[in-house]
Amino acid sequence: MGILLNIIYLIATITFIVGLKMLGHPETAKKGNLIAAAGMGLAIVGTVFVHELEISPIIYTLIGLAILVGSVIGWFIAIKVEMTKMPELVSLFNGFGGASAALIGLVEYSKNINDTTQSTTIVSGIIIGAITFSGSLIAWGKLNGSLKSVVRIPYYNLVNNIFIIGIVLFAMFMVATNVDSQLLLYTLLATGLIYGILFVLPIGGADMPVVISLLNSLTGIAAAITGILYNNMVMLVGGILVGSAGIILTVAMCKAMNRTLGSVIFGAFGGAASTEGENKALGSIKSTNPSDAAIMMNYANNVVIVPGYGLAVAQAQHVIHELEGLLAKKGVNVKYAIHPVAGRMPGHMNVLLAESNVEYNMLVEMEDINPQFSNTDIVLVVGANDVVNPAAHNNPASPIYGMPILDVENAKHIIVNKRSMNAGYAGIENELFYNSKTSMLFGDAKAALTDLVAELKNM
Amino acid sequence: MNEFLEFIENNLQITYILILAIFVGVEVIKSIPAVLHTPLMSGANALSGVVIVGAILVMLHADPTDYLALTLGFIAVVLGVLNVVGGFAVTDRMLQMFKRKK
Repeated sequence: MGILLNIIYLIATITFIVGLKMLGHPETAKKGNLIAAAGMGLAIVGTVFVHELEISPIIYTLIGLAILVGSVIGWFIAIKVEMTKMPELVSLFNGFGGASAALIGLVEYSKNINDTTQSTTIVSGIIIGAITFSGSLIAWGKLNGSLKSVVRIPYYNLVNNIFIIGIVLFAMFMVATNVDSQLLLYTLLATGLIYGILFVLPIGGADMPVVISLLNSLTGIAAAITGILYNNMVMLVGGILVGSAGIILTVAMCKAMNRTLGSVIFGAFGGAASTEGENKALGSIKSTNPSDAAIMMNYANNVVIVPGYGLAVAQAQHVIHELEGLLAKKGVNVKYAIHPVAGRMPGHMNVLLAESNVEYNMLVEMEDINPQFSNTDIVLVVGANDVVNPAAHNNPASPIYGMPILDVENAKHIIVNKRSMNAGYAGIENELFYNSKTSMLFGDAKAALTDLVAELKNM
Repeated sequence: MNEFLEFIENNLQITYILILAIFVGVEVIKSIPAVLHTPLMSGANALSGVVIVGAILVMLHADPTDYLALTLGFIAVVLGVLNVVGGFAVTDRMLQMFKRKK
């Protein structure tokens, strides 16, 4: 029996590695996902049935019920949710994985109290699981808009760092003293939960892609730790794979925002101090209307569209595809410029535009599109802000200074669609809006683009 | 420090696997195109639901009268399955979208 289960786990582990590898290539991604899913199914079925334990029917019933409930709810949410809600959904699912790891630790703690290795593993699992859970829930709340503001307690960097050091010391104390106290155990859980909240709460929306991939990675690490606890290779390897994947994505996102991983983990993060009152010197803005914008675009040769989070919020991905198709029919050369951290999760814009059937090859990544802006007649910025903010190049005082951006200001004209002049999610003024080449097209992205499409159709 | 060395000594195999797995993970995933960032993240997210194996073990080893362990285990299994099923299903849906045209 034991060997059979181990072979099952071995097969599952291989499917995870192969599946993940295949997920990295567009042609094989879908199959890779299914292979990993099949391996996971195998591991779950094997764990439930392949053993020599005497299990009472009531426990089997409970396990079956739990799997059924989780599958039905998970499946239902996954099928129902709108594509624009993808970042918050990934965040939510991620939190559930973390919670699961923390709960396992709670049960196992008192059984392993005298084994230092095991209890170290368990308390680490509880802490990381708890942080991931509450952190992911906060991220979820921020992304779906129920937690609007960026909350910063005074000296939050210092407070957070002291807090995490405190948690580590507390955990070390518990392990060292072999103390069997449910009260202390739940206190440890609570401190982990609180830290997760403190960690994510001060972070602005523009930094969300970094946070989401980091939390994702942490869940993997929590799973791997649980694998060490049970000496279970499928959990260990699966968890580590996720952990590495998450770290690689996090580093990629950090690079795209010119932050170091260290500054992400230990503060100086989301430190986008609002620069209110500095906008007076920036000059005046010029606003335009859909009909003028349509005329300009109609007679342009090269148009580049820069999508941002605002496009997702307004659910304008279909209208923008219609606009792009219309322009292409009129002989305009249209492309999309995709900034690596546009949106709220890695690759957000790609998924969004894929949903409305935009061709792959029309999406151009930052390094490839930047040299082309000088030949571009019109850039249409839809709901993007920080990723086109020239302050990243020329204002050393700006929190985003040094971040690679789309150099849209090199184009001949820039049309910016925005709901109002309020500063972006990060709270940073954008001097692009005051550029003499820029016209502001105010309004909700969907409404404004629909007007634009209507005007173009009449030409 | 002593405890750390002791841990390595007692868990030599696991330590090797851990380190090798980190390298495998990095090698498998690096240089992935931006277009697949979201599906990769969401697929990896589903994989982290492998923690459900531990949750099932908790329930299997629980005494039928240990209601606390059973309750916590039950919740852990539900959440783990949610992570797994939801994660894989949503990744599939996303990739379906990429596939449709080409």
